[in-house]
Amino acid sequence: MAAEFHNLQEMQHSALLVTKVFIQRDYSEGTVCRFQNKFPSELNNRIERTLLEETVKTLNSYYVEAEKIGGQSYLEGCLACATAYIVFLCMETRYEKVLKKISNYIQEQNEKIYAPRGLLLTDPIERGMRVLEVSVFEDRGSSGSTPSSSMSSCSSAR
Amino acid sequence: MHLGESMRECEYSQISTRSSTPMETPYKKRTPKKRKWETFPGRNKFYCDGRIMMAKQTGVFYLTLVLILVTCGLFFVFDCPFLALQLTPIIPVIGGALFLFVLGTLLRTSFSDPGVLPRATPDEAADLERQIDVANGSTGYRPPPRTKEIVINGQTVKLKYCFTCKIFRPPRTSHCSLCDNCVERFDHHCPWVGNCVGRRNYRFFYMFILSLSFLTIFIFAFVITHIILSSHQNGFLSALKESPASVLEVVVCFFSVWSIVGLSGFHTYLISSNQTTNEDIKGSWSSKRGKDNYNPYSYGNIFTNCCAALCGPLPPSLIDRRGFVESDAPQLAPPTNGITMYGATHSQQSHMAAATPLLQQQSSEPVILTASPENGTTLPSRASLTLGGPCTSLPLGQPTPPTSTPSLSCHEVTDMLPIHGHTLNHSHPLQEQMAHHHYLTPEEVPSPPGMLPCSSPLGHSHTVQASFYNPASQDSLHEDSVRGLVKLSSV
Repeated sequence: MAAEFHNLQEMQHSALLVTKVFIQRDYSEGTVCRFQNKFPSELNNRIERTLLEETVKTLNSYYVEAEKIGGQSYLEGCLACATAYIVFLCMETRYEKVLKKISNYIQEQNEKIYAPRGLLLTDPIERGMRVLEVSVFEDRGSSGSTPSSSMSSCSSAR
Repeated sequence: MHLGESMRECEYSQISTRSSTPMETPYKKRTPKKRKWETFPGRNKFYCDGRIMMAKQTGVFYLTLVLILVTCGLFFVFDCPFLALQLTPIIPVIGGALFLFVLGTLLRTSFSDPGVLPRATPDEAADLERQIDVANGSTGYRPPPRTKEIVINGQTVKLKYCFTCKIFRPPRTSHCSLCDNCVERFDHHCPWVGNCVGRRNYRFFYMFILSLSFLTIFIFAFVITHIILSSHQNGFLSALKESPASVLEVVVCFFSVWSIVGLSGFHTYLISSNQTTNEDIKGSWSSKRGKDNYNPYSYGNIFTNCCAALCGPLPPSLIDRRGFVESDAPQLAPPTNGITMYGATHSQQSHMAAATPLLQQQSSEPVILTASPENGTTLPSRASLTLGGPCTSLPLGQPTPPTSTPSLSCHEVTDMLPIHGHTLNHSHPLQEQMAHHHYLTPEEVPSPPGMLPCSSPLGHSHTVQASFYNPASQDSLHEDSVRGLVKLSSV
């Protein structure tokens, strides 16, 4: 059974990393940053489908906002060009501001939803925007925890 | 990003199953924390503690810098006083502004991260391997090629697996083997700028060549004006004697104008059609490939394409050069031989098939060209490899319009091949041949052949060639190929 953790600190002391589930990028709309909203089967008993889908949907909307080509980005681009891009040394770009928001959002989601279920989301920026990594933890105290499918297939690959 | 950092910290201490006591890790405690750029796996050079990032070969960049500085310096010292007095003092002001803009954009292009994709963590790589195994099922004689097909805006696009970075390359991403990195929206590797041109620095590059065109034309025009005005007063020969620097400037500018202006025109076309140099050369979206072939990334109209390329949001660097390396990276599956073996196996098997005729025939050209039939895009991609962008094949002074280059590239491919064949023939152990052959995988070699036929008088191509065949850089590939052979022999 999934361990119950009340906060990240508790997990810190008693958790054992079991597996990592990766949610890959969805390129069907081009190179814009978007994650697949396909629910990974490994998380079936760990979290409700709707919660994860909601998180992914919100993240996707944040990325759309960051990469939106509109009035503000044009202004920023023209201003930067006019100053030979020196302005980027002092100013934070819109993308960076949105990334901060995303980071806060993930932190909040981890504390409220994922850590109590023994899961941990990693900010995609730390994985080069390639994947949304979900780390699955087990209580260190629980014995005889079955190794995950990924671990068994890894050992067979050797 | 404070919160991001605290997240990282949390993650680190949660996942670490070993309590780090002084007894356990005295060595780690003593060594200072390293920044990520110090352990960066690509072949880049870093300066200013990771703030500046450039390619390995920077000789040509210094040449570019010297040319610009010297020509502008001579202009300001010898021509501007005369022009300011005779015509208007605005001339040096405009010249100065252009010069600063050119320098700013050049340095920005050269020093920034072009959009390098960090390599996959071991866990990700293992997960991908598992997914590929599950998807393909069979472990027969020939493992299937590692591509994934997706549909973008109605157009089918193939995503290739990068053996070096262990990821499926996002669309428009290409692996630069000079820098040994996958670069997002890879345009080309520019030796003049000493860096790759990709998603994050394309606009700076374009601004650089555009402003340099204006600057070159500006200097050329005004130096000619100076000479003409001066010769009205004193006669032509004495005008030349008075400012000999002007002659040098005229020569440099005359030869530069053709190439730089041509390049600006070419890139203006690319921007307006939202293509990269890489795609244009391969003819990825050309209608010649098929009736329904179109560019899925284009926004439809020229204005939007231009705005998107030049004024779109600038994504931050993904490689976090100045962050600190986490000494205790949590891992599920340590990098096993299984991963590299599989990766090596695929390429080794496909190249084994190619190598055997090579061993028999001892001739290189026809064999290598037909070497990988399973990858239907071999020849066009080789053509693209060779060119690597008109930027690279245009030493100063050659008026080469972009359209004429494809024929040049085909010729250069065949010129190149005997060199490879020669190397292969001489190396006896099969492993070395495998290593060389592996190096020739199209997806891993997008740009260096473009450097080789550059025929730059600076001997740059020579140095690139040297690095191309540098055995030290092929060690990891050699290792992979050896493991691959071990696996093959055990099958």
